[in-house]
Amino acid sequence: MTTSERAMTVSRGTGADHGAAAGHGTGISNPILGMLLFITSEVMFFAGLFAAYFNVRAAAPAWPPADLADKLHILPLVGPATVLLVLSSFTCQIGVWAIRRNDRRGLVRAIGVTFVLGVTFLAMQAIDYALLYEDGLRLDSGPFGTTYYTLTGFHGAHVLGGVLMLGVVLYRGMAGQFSSRHHDMVEATSMYWHFVDVVWILLFSLLYLLPGTGGGH
Amino acid sequence: MATTALTPAATTYRTGLYEWLTTTDHKKIGILYLVNSFIFFGLGGLLALGVRAELAVPGLQFVDEQLYNQLFTMHASFMLFLFVIPILAGFANYVVPLQIGAPDMAFPRINALSFWMLPLAGIIMATGFLTGGGAAAAGWTSYSPLSQDAYSGTGMDLWIVAVVLIGTSSILGAINFLVTIFKMRAPGMTMFRLPILVWTALVTSVLVVLATPVLASALIMLFIDRNYGGHFFDPASGGNAVLWQNVFWFYSHPAVYIMILIGMGIVSEILPVFSRKPLFGYKAFVFATAGIGALGFSVWAHHMFTTGAVYLPFFSFMTFLIAIPTGVKMFNWIATLYRGQLTLSTPLLFALGFLSMFLLGGINGAFSAVVPVDFAIHDTYWVVAHIHYVLFGGSVFAVFAGVYYWFPKMTGRMLNETLGKIQFVVMFIGLNLTFFPQHQLGLSGMPRRIADYSSTAGWNDANLWSTIGSLLIAVSILPFFWNVFISLRGGSIAGDDPWEGNTLEWATSSPPPPYNFDRLPDIHSERPLFDARHRREAVPALTVGPDASGHAEISAALGRPHDSPDSGSLAKGMDRSHGQ
Repeated sequence: MTTSERAMTVSRGTGADHGAAAGHGTGISNPILGMLLFITSEVMFFAGLFAAYFNVRAAAPAWPPADLADKLHILPLVGPATVLLVLSSFTCQIGVWAIRRNDRRGLVRAIGVTFVLGVTFLAMQAIDYALLYEDGLRLDSGPFGTTYYTLTGFHGAHVLGGVLMLGVVLYRGMAGQFSSRHHDMVEATSMYWHFVDVVWILLFSLLYLLPGTGGGH
Repeated sequence: MATTALTPAATTYRTGLYEWLTTTDHKKIGILYLVNSFIFFGLGGLLALGVRAELAVPGLQFVDEQLYNQLFTMHASFMLFLFVIPILAGFANYVVPLQIGAPDMAFPRINALSFWMLPLAGIIMATGFLTGGGAAAAGWTSYSPLSQDAYSGTGMDLWIVAVVLIGTSSILGAINFLVTIFKMRAPGMTMFRLPILVWTALVTSVLVVLATPVLASALIMLFIDRNYGGHFFDPASGGNAVLWQNVFWFYSHPAVYIMILIGMGIVSEILPVFSRKPLFGYKAFVFATAGIGALGFSVWAHHMFTTGAVYLPFFSFMTFLIAIPTGVKMFNWIATLYRGQLTLSTPLLFALGFLSMFLLGGINGAFSAVVPVDFAIHDTYWVVAHIHYVLFGGSVFAVFAGVYYWFPKMTGRMLNETLGKIQFVVMFIGLNLTFFPQHQLGLSGMPRRIADYSSTAGWNDANLWSTIGSLLIAVSILPFFWNVFISLRGGSIAGDDPWEGNTLEWATSSPPPPYNFDRLPDIHSERPLFDARHRREAVPALTVGPDASGHAEISAALGRPHDSPDSGSLAKGMDRSHGQ
């Protein structure tokens, strides 16, 4: 209890400093606006990768190539991983709603679940990679392999980044550093996590649901 | 001298070098940006001298073709990625928080991070010279397959890593600017009272946030192609070489506006001050800047007319269209000067140099927008002439105008006017002597990026003149460095507002205290200082506005009196400083 009290004092102290420095603190807070802009730049980063994917795909005679056509269907874990990631977006939001009500226990519980779901997603993706690799779909096996691993790999790296941020939120949440008035980091992290989720939904639709072209299917 | 009556700065527990290495003060970081950029300006200039020395006469005298390729590649990479883009960001870093009346950037530590990535990236890029295959040699555009591992060595990988780092630094910096401009403006500083420099920094930041990540994705794809056997850009195995050009120029065309807009902002700050008139057509200028930013995303393929892979009429039309907002700006600048009371100080000279040279760069650029003409002059020295009129005649002149304009604010001392004028004249002549003959070279068909040419091609005279001009440019830098050196030690004391400026940075001391302002004048227009200086009736400062108490709190917290004298005495104080 003393720990959390001290944490509250500290957070109130920095909050006051911040208010004085920022002058008039109305509207969206600086960190959240910063995160929104950062996400905008991330959207453009993935836009570049997606553009390359469509460009290479449109030029290919068959997509996926005939010798790799059946490989992507063998993945037992992609469906569950997708469900878990979408679920984690909800648990993350539940955490945000909890801290807006000043419910710290709720925050820690929800973010803890989100964190575990994120790690599970990464583990499942790693197993998928191993299976695909054994089956001969590699980074250097033609444009199909290159785009597949680049797109999913960079998404995975962003999931990892999100998991690290969730870890910090979890740690600080357990230390009692967030309150209904002071939880910009929770909001910002949750925005980032939703973004990572949306990118995965697009990627999943593109790689697994969009019908192939040419002789592949 | 000091009209804002500052008590000594708060005591700092960090001194000297340690303070500079760990600072999060936007003004110190801005100066670090400038110094770092000038170092790479010097290095890039030396590389350019190597290029011009080799081309002075036909035959290979100093370097072989491989080293020549490294020279022009690294020249362009240093100048674009480590000089022009960062130094404009550096000016914005120093000036934007001051001009909007903020105590610092929104994220001071991220600001420091943005800066420190730059020297790191520069060192990584330059390390290429030490590797076996030499530095990157595929041109700053790094077209595939030239940039693939079959044709270039480790230097290329180091180049990719460095540019990704610089891009990350730019993106973080841009986010910082946007949050600062949107959230940290002083009371009364509405969006349409922002100085034009702040507007150009805003539009530049939007371009960076939207375009630079695309370059990062392109570079990462290239890195994967080179090192992990990827197939993005290799046509033989199903990739697409033109894909690189599309993704690269999707960034690099907006990037040319990233490299000029803040320069336009600097000139737009200087012209009104030195012609004693308000900027003509403030809102038109703002919308023109935004228009350039928006149209900038629809013209990238005009670099790719000859690939046959782009829809020529659209990109040609859009390229002509983007000349319109630029023309609006040119009109506004000239109208600002018209019947003004011109003070021909060095900042104005460089600003006028900017106007004239950027105009030439715009005109010779418009030729390239005509598709049939572009087919003839594509990849010739015409293009080299164009880019240098825009970037040297434009951005570099704006940079020097900015240095002469804000040096007194940054250091408290004036730069020497005589040395400044010598620098301007020599540099102006050198620029035209170097790059004007290159138009002729381009029209007579000399391709860019060649180390040697036939002595019977008719290119001898123009190349020799061009090399002599480049030496003049190099010479013109010497009085500048000497000027900075002696002025730092013994330049005349500047006072708060040596130019009778319009914007808030001149309302604080020179150099400003770490927290920037003890008190702010009322802001009722885009020229708050002009208003304060020429106010007819005495309106008490800082008694209105929601933030008055906030500043009082800061002053109280810093242990200095915060009872603000009325603005009449502020204006008198200004007058006194000019009487000296």
